[in-house]
Amino acid sequence: MSRSGEAGQKGPKVRSDCWVGVELKESGGLKIELKSRVEGMFGERIMAQIEAGCAALGVEHAVIQVEDQGALPFTLAARLETAVLRAGHKAKGEYLLEMKEYCLYTSNASRLRRSRLYLPGNEPKFYINAGLHDPDGLILDLEDSVAPAEKDAARCLVRNALRAVNFYGAERMVRINQGERGLEDLDWIIPHNTHLVLIPKVETTGQVTAVAERIAAIQKEHGLSEPVHLMPIVESALGAWRAFEIAAASPNVVGLAIGLEDYTADIGAQRTLEGTESFWARAQVLNGAKAAGVQPIDTVFSDVTDMDGLRDSVLEAKSLGFVGKGCIHPRQIAVVHDAFAPQDAEIEKAKRIVLAFEKADAQGLGVVSLGSKMIDAPVVKRAQTTIQIALLVGKLVEDWREEDSGVKPGARLKGKYIEG
Amino acid sequence: MTKLIHNLVQNAAGRMVPAQINGQEAIPYQGLGNYRPTGRKAAPPIRSCVDYPQDGDKTVGTIKEALVNAGLRDGMTISSHHHLRNGDFVANAVFAAAAELGVKDLRWVPSASFPVHEPQIAHLESGVIHHIEGSMNGPLGDYCTRGKMRGMAVLRSHGGRYQAIQDGEVHVDIAVIAAPTADPFGNATGDRGPTACGLLGFALADSEYADHVIAVTDNLVPFPCIPWQIQGNNVDQVVVMDSIGDASKIVSGTTQVTKSPDRLLIAELTARFCDEAGIIQDGFSFQAGAGGTALSFALFLRDMMRERGIKARFVRGGSTQYLVDMLEEGLTEYILDGQTFDLEGVRSMRENPGHQNTSPFTSYNWHGKGNFASMLDAVVLGATEVDVNFNANVVTHSDGRLLHGIGGWQNCLASKCTILPIPSFRDRIPVLVDEVTTLCGPGELIDVIVTERGIAINPLRHDLLERLRGSSLPIRTIEEIKGEVEDICGGPAAKPELGEKVVAAIKWVDGTVIDCVRQVGD
Repeated sequence: MSRSGEAGQKGPKVRSDCWVGVELKESGGLKIELKSRVEGMFGERIMAQIEAGCAALGVEHAVIQVEDQGALPFTLAARLETAVLRAGHKAKGEYLLEMKEYCLYTSNASRLRRSRLYLPGNEPKFYINAGLHDPDGLILDLEDSVAPAEKDAARCLVRNALRAVNFYGAERMVRINQGERGLEDLDWIIPHNTHLVLIPKVETTGQVTAVAERIAAIQKEHGLSEPVHLMPIVESALGAWRAFEIAAASPNVVGLAIGLEDYTADIGAQRTLEGTESFWARAQVLNGAKAAGVQPIDTVFSDVTDMDGLRDSVLEAKSLGFVGKGCIHPRQIAVVHDAFAPQDAEIEKAKRIVLAFEKADAQGLGVVSLGSKMIDAPVVKRAQTTIQIALLVGKLVEDWREEDSGVKPGARLKGKYIEG
Repeated sequence: MTKLIHNLVQNAAGRMVPAQINGQEAIPYQGLGNYRPTGRKAAPPIRSCVDYPQDGDKTVGTIKEALVNAGLRDGMTISSHHHLRNGDFVANAVFAAAAELGVKDLRWVPSASFPVHEPQIAHLESGVIHHIEGSMNGPLGDYCTRGKMRGMAVLRSHGGRYQAIQDGEVHVDIAVIAAPTADPFGNATGDRGPTACGLLGFALADSEYADHVIAVTDNLVPFPCIPWQIQGNNVDQVVVMDSIGDASKIVSGTTQVTKSPDRLLIAELTARFCDEAGIIQDGFSFQAGAGGTALSFALFLRDMMRERGIKARFVRGGSTQYLVDMLEEGLTEYILDGQTFDLEGVRSMRENPGHQNTSPFTSYNWHGKGNFASMLDAVVLGATEVDVNFNANVVTHSDGRLLHGIGGWQNCLASKCTILPIPSFRDRIPVLVDEVTTLCGPGELIDVIVTERGIAINPLRHDLLERLRGSSLPIRTIEEIKGEVEDICGGPAAKPELGEKVVAAIKWVDGTVIDCVRQVGD
């Protein structure tokens, strides 16, 4: 029986990753052979980490080869653990790195989710700086971007990233696999402050409740109570048909997303830029989400070079009522945020309405009027939402009522949470 | 224990540097602006017209013949230039000819070397070349770092090379100038011909001060070659070769902008910094290289200028199609170009009077009556390492190996605002460190570091700190950013083990020695 395993990537073109080969032995202690680009700088630390990892995993006798292309500690640890498990070793425990303080913040059910950036689960080089591009959410993807043979490696890497990588305030999201494998994924990620789980290809409420139940069980086992939000993704005709039930399947669902690549394939249509073929499904998801009181989230825009197309696409989604768009490249994020932000004229109008409402309210008047127009309650509500978003994205200052020059074009995001 | 092979002295930057370089007395760095030599510049020998062909035809058959005519002998200094970049055939041909002539112990003074010059290693091994004074990277850099070269390398900036030749610190016996177009008299230009490269400014000092000057061309035109950047009156012989270079490796067809989101982020932050620092105003000037981040910075800047209708008075190149677009769009009145990187740059220089060729004399020379670099409002450069005192390294890797030349980098530090957009680390290799491996630029001259994790302003620049107070940009201290990077990388990096042997001296712009590079490996 073979007692060896390997994990990771090697070769001159690999960056920020490493390859670890493990051959388990019956005796002889640990033999570590290290080749590293950063040997002079980090050789000793790498050796120490391999030893610490073997101790945590209960590996006493093994020949361990490492070919390192500048992997960070969380990657090295994941590759070692995966190789050890692949060698057939019954680990005495996980090799967990210290949970960094900056990984401990919480999320909020109604926070902004304008942009969510997908990161392929088994590519560590994309992880470390992703949060710097300021997305509302970062998705560590275990599903479509990970080859079937690498699912175990990605789980381990994603778990380590959740403990070690700074997401700089972005919501910490993981997209799990379908079915039983997806439920197993949860064991690896839920104990490590995952804020939100994306559930792919949802067609039944049972898929959502199964995830919610497994999460509840894991949380109970670990004594965790912070809610883990769910975002089911509708990617088929059946899923679209049942949009409302899916969105309402669990109180932890905060948003309902649509994935158009799979949806168009499912209905046998070509995906076009105009999107006529998916209009019904999008409207269905939008109304299902709204009816269930969760955020309607649009699909990804996949042409990373077409920023004008992306902007148009976001404006179109916004006009339908969507509040979020998927991103596959960091440069898309700012464009998405900018397009979702209220326009200056919109803000000005909202300010006038809110001021008129507050004045009427103070005077005890039941009816709000602006000029010669009566203002209905839903209009006031929409204006208040516009003001709230404008404040959030820094297009309006807190004391906008005093300062008339409230609009600050180009100002940066100040905070990320909508008051609950 | 090997015995100490060098007499080292401590310079004003606290670095231990050799007091002699290849047997010649060297002056340790004395602090910014403190070394101001007097005396007279070097001069080439007086020549008489009667010794040259009255019909102006100085052509000879081959490089070998020209070297014989020039009186090549053991121990001489031969110079060449890097305007043909990685497509250069000439420098290799010169040393192949010298080897055939059986000459030994030459000193090669290129303005820069490229991977194409790897064959020089064989000449170093066989003794034809004694040592190289000029920037080295790739295989030559590795050869030098491993201590295999007999003499000590000397690395100078573009301006420093002009200064060294002008001041007589480097006496060039024979200068060989690759000329994309030349006439039989020796007038030469780089802006046309099958191997057009743009300009020939790097060869200016050699043409003025060398004992003997050979122009090598593959595009001989009848007198006069118009325009000329090298004057035939300084040229002794003209050699015609079938081809002086590989055009595809001299300039690129198109210049690619980076697609890396992290580099784009750094470039965007740099442009926004310039904006908030009040640098982007009508009539301003800037210089940014042709590297990925610097180029994207220029594009972000261009968009801001367009949006607000702001025009620059001049931009210093490294020119590319993007700078050319700005010139043609009227966003800048002039390009003062030191090096042309793509075909559009070459075309523009040939056709547009607003696209002016320059030289290290006009742009960078420290021992002159001023230079262009100090007039720039902002300059955007790279670095391999920056330390907590804003000292920067541009020649070695954190592992101590020679990686890059200095280029115009040191000279550009004289600008009114020097900005280094750099990643805070690369694949676990820290860029922000406690102390740079090799000191190339003193921290007093480096004003701002822009990383993907924040912008650090040199505490000496009270004005910039004041101006950016309350900014929405991520302004942090350099220590904070370094601390974050060390946390990510799992602690500070260990320093490489360096050998005793000094393999290269690093000159400051005034010819003093600011630091040296030690042997690594072998």
